[in-house]
Amino acid sequence: MIKVENLSKTFGPKVAVNDVSFTVERGEILGFLGPNGAGKSTTMRMITGYIPPTAGVVKVGGNDVTEKPIEAKRLMGYLPESAPLYTDMTVEGFLGFCAEVRGIKGADKAKAIDRAIDMCFLKAVRHQSVDTLSKGFRHRTGFAQAIIHDPDILVMDEPTDGLDPNQKHEVRSLIRRMGQSKAIIFSTHILEEVEAACTRAIIIDQGKIVANGTPEELKAKSELANSYVASINGTEASAVRDGLGTVIQSAKVTIVTDKAPIVVARVFPKKAGADGELGQAIFDVAAQNNWKVNEIKKEEGRLDDVFRNITLSDNQVQ
Amino acid sequence: MNPILTITKRELGGFFNSPVAYVFLVIFLLMTGAFTFFIGQFFDRAQANLQPFFMWHPWLYLFLVPAVGMRLWSEERRLGTLELLLTMPISPWQSITGKFIASWGFLILALSLTFPIWWTVNDLGSPDNGAIFTGYIGSALMAGGYLAITSMTSALTRNQVISFILSVVICLSLVLCGWPPVTDPLAAYFPNWIVEGVAAFSVMPHFDRLQQGVIDSRDLIYFISLIGFPLFATSVIIRSLRS
Ligand SMILES: Nc1ncnc2c1ncn2[C@@H]1O[C@H](COP(=O)(O)OP(=O)(O)O)[C@@H](O)[C@H]1O
Ligand SMILES: [Mg+2]
Repeated sequence: MIKVENLSKTFGPKVAVNDVSFTVERGEILGFLGPNGAGKSTTMRMITGYIPPTAGVVKVGGNDVTEKPIEAKRLMGYLPESAPLYTDMTVEGFLGFCAEVRGIKGADKAKAIDRAIDMCFLKAVRHQSVDTLSKGFRHRTGFAQAIIHDPDILVMDEPTDGLDPNQKHEVRSLIRRMGQSKAIIFSTHILEEVEAACTRAIIIDQGKIVANGTPEELKAKSELANSYVASINGTEASAVRDGLGTVIQSAKVTIVTDKAPIVVARVFPKKAGADGELGQAIFDVAAQNNWKVNEIKKEEGRLDDVFRNITLSDNQVQ
Repeated sequence: MNPILTITKRELGGFFNSPVAYVFLVIFLLMTGAFTFFIGQFFDRAQANLQPFFMWHPWLYLFLVPAVGMRLWSEERRLGTLELLLTMPISPWQSITGKFIASWGFLILALSLTFPIWWTVNDLGSPDNGAIFTGYIGSALMAGGYLAITSMTSALTRNQVISFILSVVICLSLVLCGWPPVTDPLAAYFPNWIVEGVAAFSVMPHFDRLQQGVIDSRDLIYFISLIGFPLFATSVIIRSLRS
């Protein structure tokens, strides 16, 4: 439903978005992940037709956003960064305005407002003026505005920014629920959000896509992925290291902590794929040496690890 | 509903929800009254026309119209709602027009609330009501021109005060370049065609002719371009903001 092809944007000498391509289909929730200044907002602004691309094409439901902006915008709901709202209106008045601009009138308009207010838990502030709302309600009003016309496509720039943990949880479950029937793209710099809500994630850094896959695929890129952590009681660290060094599938052993009597060691696999055997081999070695094993655990990989590794490498040079 | 009207309705709603609109109406009526009766000496002149009423409009509007229009776009920029507005399925032109119509409609409402003065002058004598009518038309068009200029300056900045000052300066120069106390001394130094050429850009001669009941297509074209050109400039500025 969203097709982004070789999209670039430069501001003067600054390249904010650099040759970005991806697609989002119905039923997908794409998390757009990246450090501050990576180009997330700029990309979303080009998708929603707020700023024109320097190069490349955005197609929304088959409509080129540059050539058929009105048709493309009709299909989309958009929550801009920091959820701007008209402060001189009530919540209901504001949602009514957004519905009318989108051509929803009369009884349909009343229904659309009720539905959005229900979905975003805004009943309590329905008749309240926007400028007196707390941050959480402001954000949800922005959210309600984006879904007022029940769009097929939803674009949200940091939808959980500034919310408390409960509100974050609410918004994530809202996104997950709507993701079943829509194409959703949302940006964040919170990693747990990606695991909690996305079917797929793109990591963008300095305007470039540096990773694209399901949260599981991304986690597998972590160098810790598929390694094993063994916690052993009452054995010297050096003995543990030497013992685990004899595990055939092991490429490397590191001691994570050495607080007598407990030693925690990490065993990395030789090759990423062959995992099941590594755990078995570690058990065998432990049994041969009569170690007291507290725990042997497989590491899935950590997203924050992947994220840091990918996005730090270039930044630190500057 | 037509999206232009939706925009217009929102703008007017925002206006009348705050005390600003009512304060403005009161100030406008008080000032037109004071200028007409005290400074313009409406009664002493013992003439049945509204010349002492209309003659102050170019000056009154100089401050009142920028005060009405200064928030048109600067407020959208300050709140960040410009991004919301421009990602709705409407063209920037519809937004520009809708906002302009709302503020112009409000100014026309203020102007029409001066009707007691028209009663008074009809009570006192038998004025040329045709000329009064064209005077009102001219006044409304002039307010529209000032407003279009303010729309342009308010798109330039997110600061309402700067937008106010810029539009006052531009409107003031449009008044002065055709105001005899400025143009007469200049006529001594510059050839006539230069002074008159510059004066043609001024609202003064065009508004004067409409006050006298003369409807000349050149004056109408002048006012239409005075509205159209700055609104077009507004759209250019807004497009440049987005790139
Ligand atoms: N209107 C603009 N003019 C100049 N530079 C901009 C503009 N908008 C964004 N940038 C720059 O482009 C880069 C990407 O910004 P942005 O897309 O907002 O990042 P993110 O949303 O990922 O934090 C930043 O370096 C930012 O300074
Ligand atoms: Mg951003």
